[in-house]
Amino acid sequence: MTKGTMYNREAFLNNIAAKLGRERKRSGVTRPIYETQPQWDVMADYSTDQLVDVLKKQCEVIHTDVEETTMEKLPIVIDSVLKKYGAEKAVVWDDPRFSAFGLDSFLVREDVDIWGEAPGRENIRISEQADLGITFADYTLAESGTVVLMNGVGKGQSVSLLPTYYIGLIPLSTIVPRMSQVTRSIHKEAEAGRRVPSCINFISGPSNSADIELDLVVGVHGPIRATYILFDDR
Amino acid sequence: MPMKIAPEQTFNERVQTGLDDSYMRETVRSAQERLYTNKSKAENDLGHWEEWRTLSEQIRSHTLENLDYYLEQLSDNVVKNGGHIYFAQTPEEANQYVKKVAAEKEAKKIIKSKSMVTEETSMNEALEEIGIEVVESDLGEYILQVDDHDPPSHIVAPALHKNKEQIRDTFERLKGYDKSSKPEELTQFAREQLREEFLEADIGITGCNFAVAESGSVALVTNEGNARLATTIPKTQISVMGMERIVPTWEELDIMVSMLCRSAVGQKLTSYVTGLTGPRGEDDLDGPEEFHLVVLDNGRSNILGTAFQSALHCIRCAACINVCPVYRHVGGHSYGSIYPGPIGAVLTPLLEGYEDHKDLPYASSLCAACTDACPVKIPLHEHLIEHRKIIAEEEKKTSLGEAYAMKGFGLAASSPGLFQMATKTAPYMLSPLTKEGAIEKGPGMMSGWTEIRSFPAPEKERFRDWFKNRSKKGSSS
Repeated sequence: MTKGTMYNREAFLNNIAAKLGRERKRSGVTRPIYETQPQWDVMADYSTDQLVDVLKKQCEVIHTDVEETTMEKLPIVIDSVLKKYGAEKAVVWDDPRFSAFGLDSFLVREDVDIWGEAPGRENIRISEQADLGITFADYTLAESGTVVLMNGVGKGQSVSLLPTYYIGLIPLSTIVPRMSQVTRSIHKEAEAGRRVPSCINFISGPSNSADIELDLVVGVHGPIRATYILFDDR
Repeated sequence: MPMKIAPEQTFNERVQTGLDDSYMRETVRSAQERLYTNKSKAENDLGHWEEWRTLSEQIRSHTLENLDYYLEQLSDNVVKNGGHIYFAQTPEEANQYVKKVAAEKEAKKIIKSKSMVTEETSMNEALEEIGIEVVESDLGEYILQVDDHDPPSHIVAPALHKNKEQIRDTFERLKGYDKSSKPEELTQFAREQLREEFLEADIGITGCNFAVAESGSVALVTNEGNARLATTIPKTQISVMGMERIVPTWEELDIMVSMLCRSAVGQKLTSYVTGLTGPRGEDDLDGPEEFHLVVLDNGRSNILGTAFQSALHCIRCAACINVCPVYRHVGGHSYGSIYPGPIGAVLTPLLEGYEDHKDLPYASSLCAACTDACPVKIPLHEHLIEHRKIIAEEEKKTSLGEAYAMKGFGLAASSPGLFQMATKTAPYMLSPLTKEGAIEKGPGMMSGWTEIRSFPAPEKERFRDWFKNRSKKGSSS
């Protein structure tokens, strides 16, 4: 890891403290007890099935297709989505969950590349050339139709970004009501002094833009279409 | 000065240009309606909106009160993660640092995702001066850049003032585009053009929606995916943030992002919310090898400890712009600043001084729709009144009568109860100027547009109430 550097901090922060009319605060600042915390009431008592319903409804809003299946049928459903998109090359994470969920045979297909098998930046090129990227969700947010990806070794961020199409594999055990549950868990990690993953992505459907006359166009720099495949792993 | 737009014109001339642009006015009108409707729906879907606003205000207020503490924590963590952090007092310092990094990397091409702060510092021009090609990758910014660096007119949808035919013509003339004016085809063209640029770029420059102090992270909130590309492919990432764009922990990030997405575009979350923490890990195969964070003051610290401190709570959602009746008529460029609308009218004189922006606090009907719309409860119209008071009383830039009027406003604005009463009585106080319910001769800034159209006099029903009733009825104006 490169060594970090810092420039001009003391004068900059001294000035801020002076403008605030006090000495520098270097310790003893604690977050206030917020008088209202409505985030914890959102879908607080929902069952997984109810959360799945919310998720599916939200996916209509964010132009994302949803397939529901079982672990046994997972390979067939993935294959059908590949065909739906006419995808000839797919790139997937190097993720033990593929094996755990019975997808070993999928990984050895000729038209599937695994992130990290090629050397270094070659992986970026492979993802850029792929028609479709597949990752698992580390968390899934019902409210916003979001898959949360903790990128890292084996789990390149390019896989969910560079190909034309994207499949998010969603084990039902990953579903939580909203962003709050995930950010709390990241906060706990940080609080315990552990480094958080260098890239965490909250992805809600395909890329889009409304920069031309505020007309929504689905598919800009990221994937232009996306499918979530839900399966029960509980 | 970098923040300025069309400084060769006076405020009234810019307003006139805006008023004469009937296309722009129609686009802005329909955009405002759509964005307002989307935001209202998002508020209702979420429920307890006022509680969310209260929480958001409390978070912003606590963070700003302890800004030095949280910036220290942020910088310690950035360095611990192996990143580099540069505190820049001025735009020149910020640009100088970025140029130094670019020179060290022998960068030829830099890809940028949307950043208002780098607009503030004119970073593109600074980099182009040393021979680096800078490519904007946000679709709206890209359109403006291709069109000879046309300035942005809205902080969320920068090319709002252009229609699709104008965009097609620009692409055709300057980029060899030969398809239709359909937004899908124009967007597809930009995707193809820009994908190449991303793959070639040596450095990616981004803004920063929020930095997270506890982990030294930078959060980017986008829909297009360009900020992800700019932080995935190039070997060096530089993020530039206004010094106030920080939250203590990921828990506050959740709240601020939830409010930003809903208030800006009515989405629960944008397509991509990306949290980036330092450069890539040793065994990672994508993401930047080097990470730099530039923290910019540029006049912001002068706002701390003043009556305007809450202006720094702004999360740049543009909700105030989307409800402003003055913006609706005059458009973004009239404000002469990259920050238009109510927040621009409050912020620009604070960042750049009154001298060149003394008209801005008058570019408001004080209807308070902005204050009602603000997700972090910045009392925008009260700040505008405070500006007018300062201009009138301390700088003696307006007539004696104005000065007296402002004194009255200052007193009233200091108490919400009195202020409510004042806005209710305004229709009666303005009556000498009105004729059958319309103002035909406006004072100051208003005169620029009462020359061609009558400005509706404040109704006996306050705008806030009127607007609420109106949207409930679901009728159009």
